[in-house]
Amino acid sequence: MSEADNTADFIFPHQHLLGIEGLKEQDINHILDLADQYVEQNRRTNKKTNILTGLTQINLFFENSTRTRMSFELAGKRLGADVINMSSSGSSITKGETLLDTASTLNAMQPDLLVVRHGSSGAVMLLSRKVNCAVLNAGDGQHEHPTQALLDALTIRRRKGKIARLTIAICGDILHSRVARSNIHLLNIMGARVRVIGPATLVPENLKELGAEVFHDMKEGLKGCDVVMMLRLQTERMAGGYFPTISEYFTLYGLDYNKLSVAKPDAMIMHPGPMNRGVEIDAEVADDLTRSAIKEQVEMGVAVRMACLDILTRKKRRTGK
Amino acid sequence: MSAYTLYKNARLLDPESGLDRVGQIMAHKGEITALGKEITAPSNATVIDCHGKCLCPGLIDMRVFVGIPGADYKDTIENTGDAAAAGGITTVCVQPVTDQIMDDMARVEFLENRAKKAKVNFIPFPAITKRLEGKEMAEIGLMSKAGVKAFTDGNKSIANPALMSRILKYAAMFDALIIQHLAVPELSENGVMNAGALAIRLGLPGIPTAAETIMLERDIRLLKSVSTRYHAAQITCQDSIEVMKTAKKNKMNVTAGVAVAHFALNEYAIEEYRTFTKISPPLRSEEDRVAVVNALKDGTIDVIVSGHDPEDPESKRVPYELAEAGVVGLETMLPVALELYHNGFMSLLDLLAKMTSNPARIIGLKAGQLKAGYPADFCIFDPDTPQRIDPETMVSLTKNTPFDGRPVQGRILKTIVAGEIIFEV
Repeated sequence: MSEADNTADFIFPHQHLLGIEGLKEQDINHILDLADQYVEQNRRTNKKTNILTGLTQINLFFENSTRTRMSFELAGKRLGADVINMSSSGSSITKGETLLDTASTLNAMQPDLLVVRHGSSGAVMLLSRKVNCAVLNAGDGQHEHPTQALLDALTIRRRKGKIARLTIAICGDILHSRVARSNIHLLNIMGARVRVIGPATLVPENLKELGAEVFHDMKEGLKGCDVVMMLRLQTERMAGGYFPTISEYFTLYGLDYNKLSVAKPDAMIMHPGPMNRGVEIDAEVADDLTRSAIKEQVEMGVAVRMACLDILTRKKRRTGK
Repeated sequence: MSAYTLYKNARLLDPESGLDRVGQIMAHKGEITALGKEITAPSNATVIDCHGKCLCPGLIDMRVFVGIPGADYKDTIENTGDAAAAGGITTVCVQPVTDQIMDDMARVEFLENRAKKAKVNFIPFPAITKRLEGKEMAEIGLMSKAGVKAFTDGNKSIANPALMSRILKYAAMFDALIIQHLAVPELSENGVMNAGALAIRLGLPGIPTAAETIMLERDIRLLKSVSTRYHAAQITCQDSIEVMKTAKKNKMNVTAGVAVAHFALNEYAIEEYRTFTKISPPLRSEEDRVAVVNALKDGTIDVIVSGHDPEDPESKRVPYELAEAGVVGLETMLPVALELYHNGFMSLLDLLAKMTSNPARIIGLKAGQLKAGYPADFCIFDPDTPQRIDPETMVSLTKNTPFDGRPVQGRILKTIVAGEIIFEV
């Protein structure tokens, strides 16, 4: 009961959610506690509440996305907000020059929440300075993807009962991954031990300075792990330049039962999707219901995003400004 | 107006001769006629009392980009000249990187003509290769014979080693100075900041220092069989400094410059994706910044430049990766560089040499000294006046300075070109 009260009173200390870096453990715990409540709401027949009634949420996606955009759309709608999607594939708004013009145009429409994805690191932060409403980063370049890290954390916490002191390995293309960066920050804040595993071309040594142990041998890195997070490999872009072939990559870094055997017996497997079966993950492992939390992650995604939309509008809803 | 002007009660600073004493200097028809503790001036001479403030040769800036021809909205020659004057700079060396590349004599003359309207001296540094493409040589011989002293591809490297080898041999015949921008294209093209932990954290593609050092090592190797005068436009890291130090120890005809930003800032100035910190080469780590300071001190780096590169707000108000590289720097060069003196790293004379006599010697200009017969180009400044750098008060049309709000000590009081006061506070 007292936990619920805490959650209800919690005021997020930032105007926007631009990244995990800079958040405090208590902020993250509050978001996860609140998200737990939304998981319950989402499992009911009537999934809708009206706390965001009258508020406008604009999903502004400069980069293609189906899952994340749908997840945010569903989250907003289940809380009663009016949700509008604006995406740009190949249109003039993909160009950086018009980013701030787009921002000021949308700002004039008086939205309360802007959910933004952009292909350039820092672009969402830049946009957030030009608008009055709350901005939620749905992924900026190779920088951060905070709601993905939060939903991963919720998934882990619900399965393992905690995050602190767990050993968690993130495997694959860390260099180009905003998911990996947000997760490294979050897991460090929550007191987990973070390992990153992959070829030296995709897992640079100076990730140590972000608080991750670096491994180039998959089995060595997986030894004793509680959680294994796989990342999607951008095969089109990588093969040839960053590693020789897909088949060599899968042999060395693809997650299969053999490599997984050195992790803890109850180690859980995660993937932000969409998966490349037979590239970074063996199909059998991906479908192993006792191990794989991949579907749960999608479910938690909606709940975590509802929690974020909730906390970012609280001050406004209570004070009317 | 009287033909003679006497500047009295000035702290005369001449890096070339080591002069640092209060005295007088006289100019006539644009030239210095005499200087000393007390000089006899004609009775009708105009007398300017400097109140004990510093008077040094007008500064020479070896790396300035201008909008002309083709991009007048960024900057005009007149405005560049005014901004230079406000920074105590009396000679600016113009990079060929404009919409219409300055790669032949016609365009050199065009610039020289336009520059007549400006208050300071403009020295054209045309391109080494046609259209800056790094494929075919520009007319180095014809331009040299017409008086061009130095060539550069601006912010591009001559990447092809066979072509560079031939350029060095060819340029030697005309004693032309070849100025190289150091960046291996394949290592630097996609990067936007220094490679390292910070780039990883910000999710920005990095440029390793090796991109600079490999190109310098290669050029030094090529220079072993020729006598060409070679200047590395900017060296910004410990490894390049080591290479340059060794080359100088081996008595090679090589010199190097660095921009103010590279010893006054490190990569952390980027903070939250401040596009005004995006330059080429990128701001480096703190270790490299300290190495640059030491290299200025021990003479491995000969020249300080502003690297002045005006960019209009529209090309900077975009995400970091998409922003144009370049910062303005004419007005902040001396005030920020003076930090090296105030912090005790260098004497005032040694510091001023990097912006006066050294660049003059490297380019081959009769300037940069307080000496009878030399141009009466002066910078009068007070090294101690505190001020805060404020883009709003800057003369430059574009305001993309990375030093916004920085407290500095030192203020330019008067700038004189050919005996004429072209700027005063």
